[in-house]
Amino acid sequence: MPAVQAENISYVYSAGTPFERPALRGVSFACEKGEYVGIIGHTGSGKSTFVQQLNGLLTPSEGRVLVGGVDIRSSKAALREARFRVGLVFQFPEYQLFEETVYRDISFGPRNMGLPADEIDERVREAAVFAGLSEAELGKSPFELSGGQKRRAAIAGVIAMRPEVLILDEPTAGLDPAGRDSLLANIDGYRDRQGAAVIIVTHSMEEAARRADRLVVFMDGLVALEGTPSEVFRHAAALREMGLALPAAAQIAGKLKARGVPLPDGLYTSAALRDALVGLLGGSYAS
Amino acid sequence: MLRDITLGQYFPGNTIVHRLDPRTKLALTVCYMVALFAARTWSGYAFMLAVLISAVAASRINGKTLLKSLKPILFIIIFTVVLNVFFTAGDDVLAHFWIFKITKQGLVGAAQMMLRLTMLIAGTFLLTYTTSPLALTDGIESILKPLAKIHFPAHVLAMMMSIALRFIPTLIEETDKIMSAQKARGADFESGGLVKRAKALLPILVPLFVSAFRRADELAEAMESRCYRGGEGRTRMKTLVMRPRDWVALAAGAAVISAVYALFRRLP
Repeated sequence: MPAVQAENISYVYSAGTPFERPALRGVSFACEKGEYVGIIGHTGSGKSTFVQQLNGLLTPSEGRVLVGGVDIRSSKAALREARFRVGLVFQFPEYQLFEETVYRDISFGPRNMGLPADEIDERVREAAVFAGLSEAELGKSPFELSGGQKRRAAIAGVIAMRPEVLILDEPTAGLDPAGRDSLLANIDGYRDRQGAAVIIVTHSMEEAARRADRLVVFMDGLVALEGTPSEVFRHAAALREMGLALPAAAQIAGKLKARGVPLPDGLYTSAALRDALVGLLGGSYAS
Repeated sequence: MLRDITLGQYFPGNTIVHRLDPRTKLALTVCYMVALFAARTWSGYAFMLAVLISAVAASRINGKTLLKSLKPILFIIIFTVVLNVFFTAGDDVLAHFWIFKITKQGLVGAAQMMLRLTMLIAGTFLLTYTTSPLALTDGIESILKPLAKIHFPAHVLAMMMSIALRFIPTLIEETDKIMSAQKARGADFESGGLVKRAKALLPILVPLFVSAFRRADELAEAMESRCYRGGEGRTRMKTLVMRPRDWVALAAGAAVISAVYALFRRLP
């Protein structure tokens, strides 16, 4: 049974006003436990709208969402349960911090779940470790933290709910490369330890290529392409038409192949490209 | 959803109503209000309704949208009607219980008050629906300009208004986003008593204020870096010009007022 499943979802913004605009037009999607899914698409392709359907923040005009096999609209309790089981981190989550201390902010979700005090404490500390926040930082006001730390604190607030599916909307936007790598490593750590599914919405093809088991490409409110990264990146022309570029490594591999370098297919991460090139150069490179 | 609120929103268009000078539209709105309050007979209300409907038709604003925008003030209308029904003195008593008396005058007064309020608000909404906030504040600044002689800060006032108007949708969107994020963490804004609901607002208000200040800071910096130094000596890309159609429209406004005074002033 998929951890979260969307069946033929449609959604219209500002229905019934002159600003009416369809955002999703019949999207079906399923995500198994432990899976790592990358959702990519051009701005306005419906990807952010889509992830807000998965924990019931938006109500689809058509179709339904199942979390753990239960329709999230079947009861108020089911919807609440879905919010905790499918953790959603918005874009720039640091702008949503509000408590007096980082500790209290992270504990907001667990407190809403109605957990006992000792379990809340355990979860907050665990989430803080994952987010790389020290004990001293937990006692600070969230507004005293640096930009990168704020973002980690905000993500820790969702991780503390121990969601089975962790969805992050552009988690690395505006971070420097080091901050980006360590944040993605933290997310990997959470997934490994909790066996949770991770769904990342991203613009960055590099990020999508490096981490995800499966890619879902959105275009005009529809799923345009879906499959493993190597399957999706095979459609270079289609991606370009959607305003998306291949990862830099895949572009370089393509250009080298066009010049007659005998590289294999499916090279889309810089590590894979490097290994393939080293393999080709063989002994001469090593010496 | 918060973003579906249409209060004070501008619907772009290219009709004659949209193209009128904002000053003309402001003056016409005042004319309309004066006429509406001067009209005292049913035929007067019918006449004003005809004026309103023709203006709406000329602006090609969807009538349904206009009616929907009345929803937020429904409470005020109902409140006024109830007050009028129960507390209008008169001798034609229809029903009597405890300290309340319902009179024929009360019912008539309530119905007229309801019509008047609805038409008043619909008319002013038509102004904001067909005039962009920028044009509106330009118009207000231009109208208030003569007051600069008595040191009235017309430009500052207009700039404050246009910034406030500009940021209403932004802040609504921001509130929406923050609410969604807190809901995703299990915040519950829909159930519980008044105290619980008020407490639930705290997680929204704190980040909203923080971001409002951040935005204000950024805006101030952006304005300074484009050499904004107040209104003195500032020229405009789009200067307001009164065209023949504006004078025609103003004449029509004056005609409506005169007609109402001449024909529908009779006291009931």
